Amino acid sequence: MAQVQATKFKNPVVNWIDSRLPIFTMLDHEYNHYPMPRNVNYLWAFGAIAGIMLVIMIATGLFLAMQYSSHTSLAFDSVERIMRDVNYGWLIRYVHANGASMFFIAVYIHMFRGLYYGSYKAPREILWILGVLIFLVMMGTAFMGYVLPWGQMSFWGATVITNLFSAFPIVGDPIVTLLWGGFSVDNPTLNRFFALHFLLPFVLLGLVILHTAALHVCGSNNPLGIDPKGPQDTVPFNPYVTVKDGFAVVIFMIIFAVFVFFMPNYMGHPDNYIPANPLVTPAHIVPEWYFLPFYAMLRAIPDKLGGVLAMFGSIALLFFLPWLDRSKVRSCKFRPVYRQFFWILAIDALILGYAGSQPAEGSWLIIARIGTFYYFFHFLVLLPVLGKLERPRPLPNSISESVLKGGGAIAAGAHAKPMEKA
Amino acid sequence: MAQTTHPPGTGGHAASGGEGGSRRDFLYLATGAVGVVGAASAAWPFIDSLNPAADTLALASIDVDLAPVAVGQAITVTWRGKPVFVRHRTAEEIESAKTVNLGDLRDPVADDARVKKPEWLIVIGICTHLGCVPLGQKVTDPRGDYGGWFCPCHGSHYDTAGRIRKGPAPANLVLPTYAFTGDAKIRLG
Repeated sequence: MAQVQATKFKNPVVNWIDSRLPIFTMLDHEYNHYPMPRNVNYLWAFGAIAGIMLVIMIATGLFLAMQYSSHTSLAFDSVERIMRDVNYGWLIRYVHANGASMFFIAVYIHMFRGLYYGSYKAPREILWILGVLIFLVMMGTAFMGYVLPWGQMSFWGATVITNLFSAFPIVGDPIVTLLWGGFSVDNPTLNRFFALHFLLPFVLLGLVILHTAALHVCGSNNPLGIDPKGPQDTVPFNPYVTVKDGFAVVIFMIIFAVFVFFMPNYMGHPDNYIPANPLVTPAHIVPEWYFLPFYAMLRAIPDKLGGVLAMFGSIALLFFLPWLDRSKVRSCKFRPVYRQFFWILAIDALILGYAGSQPAEGSWLIIARIGTFYYFFHFLVLLPVLGKLERPRPLPNSISESVLKGGGAIAAGAHAKPMEKA
Repeated sequence: MAQTTHPPGTGGHAASGGEGGSRRDFLYLATGAVGVVGAASAAWPFIDSLNPAADTLALASIDVDLAPVAVGQAITVTWRGKPVFVRHRTAEEIESAKTVNLGDLRDPVADDARVKKPEWLIVIGICTHLGCVPLGQKVTDPRGDYGGWFCPCHGSHYDTAGRIRKGPAPANLVLPTYAFTGDAKIRLG
């Protein structure tokens, strides 16, 4: 970004600051003139939506932290006090709790968008890897946040998840003791989870900034999966994408508000309104819905270590996705065979999620095993093989040719001017 | 803003003409105004969550039984996290509080206006200078030059009606909200 031509602004104060610290030039370049492929659809709004969810989570979380006590004897009551006594405490907590789910919805749609349109392929490998890292940190943050209310599901969720590490031979038990700071999930565990739950969102913010920086180096992918060839293929970010993203954000917030105001506990579990009891395990422990597919894989493997490896492996696989997929064609639009398997994978993830919510016995166990097998089969066998065997449909010459049916003028706008190629 | 009511056909004309605002200006302003109202309504729950919660407010009134406090004694009770001084004044203390020339006072208030029953003086025990708790509740404490309270932090002297007489404090000791619920019973708050 250093070689970017400094922008001239009307306001002399802005110019004075900008010549010393070019933040305004940077913003102008990255969020005003920044060329977006003119054919991006509403699926491209979910990155912005996820970013806004992160800000909402940090803001509500900050105010919850001001009222919360991270001690086993106080935690549950302090959350109930937030719900009953603190002014608008119910609203802030419900926004935070449902916000976690909405954040995952946005991120899952964002990830499947990337899978469908091949957004992980060269030159966007680092961008994708940063995204997987964001997903991992999000999962850790969400898990530790769920422990804080210190209800039954909090306690037993924490017990089950931390016990995963005991599956590793020799080092397993010392690791678990280290995580707990004792010999069971107890006050030291709660305290450190609170500290980490406060820290990790800022780690996430840093990763999101890197993710965005990497995105702005090569530019956004688009539904055709071909690179823009010039200004006729792009529109300036502002106002075209700001308005489109803004509209998508409003619709998303309306759905969010429906959950917060009309069904705030729909995505939660009633057992978490029972204070944690280290002597009584609930009959049926389930994680939050966004972990269910991974939970299903954990239980599908009949071996303890195998289940843990399958669960971690299912995410670790995603780091290698840019090299597992051998096809040079990005978008599913031109990959007739892969497109079918993409939808099978999406359905597989939903089935795994449902299987994860059911008791691990009988037919659900068998279904979970088939689903787990297919998940790994898709990434480890289908993707490399399809790249060689599949015959993609011909790619269009350019975005504008495909979208406008034969060329088109450069998008006119308040900031229309010749732009450098993305 | 007159142009904003023009039919669509003249919108472009108004935008290029320099007189007044165009339809686009109106839309900017209207959107901005809605945005400000929205941002303010979104911010209010967060700001209000920092105000005293319902359980904090529920503890905000307390009953105090004054019967065990003998003449000349004083007790300190905690109300809303602050010390409240309750002094059972002697006849001389009441007399000295009543006979003061109001013109000599920095914050002139008659003794009648500071008590509900002359023998009971009830004030918030926080110096009006910088918030220390003055001495004088115990008989052995220094009570300052006027027999009331003495603030050790910066040397303010209060008299037997809790009025500032000497030192840096600007005002008399504050009176809490209270009512007598019986002969020797009060409810604070």
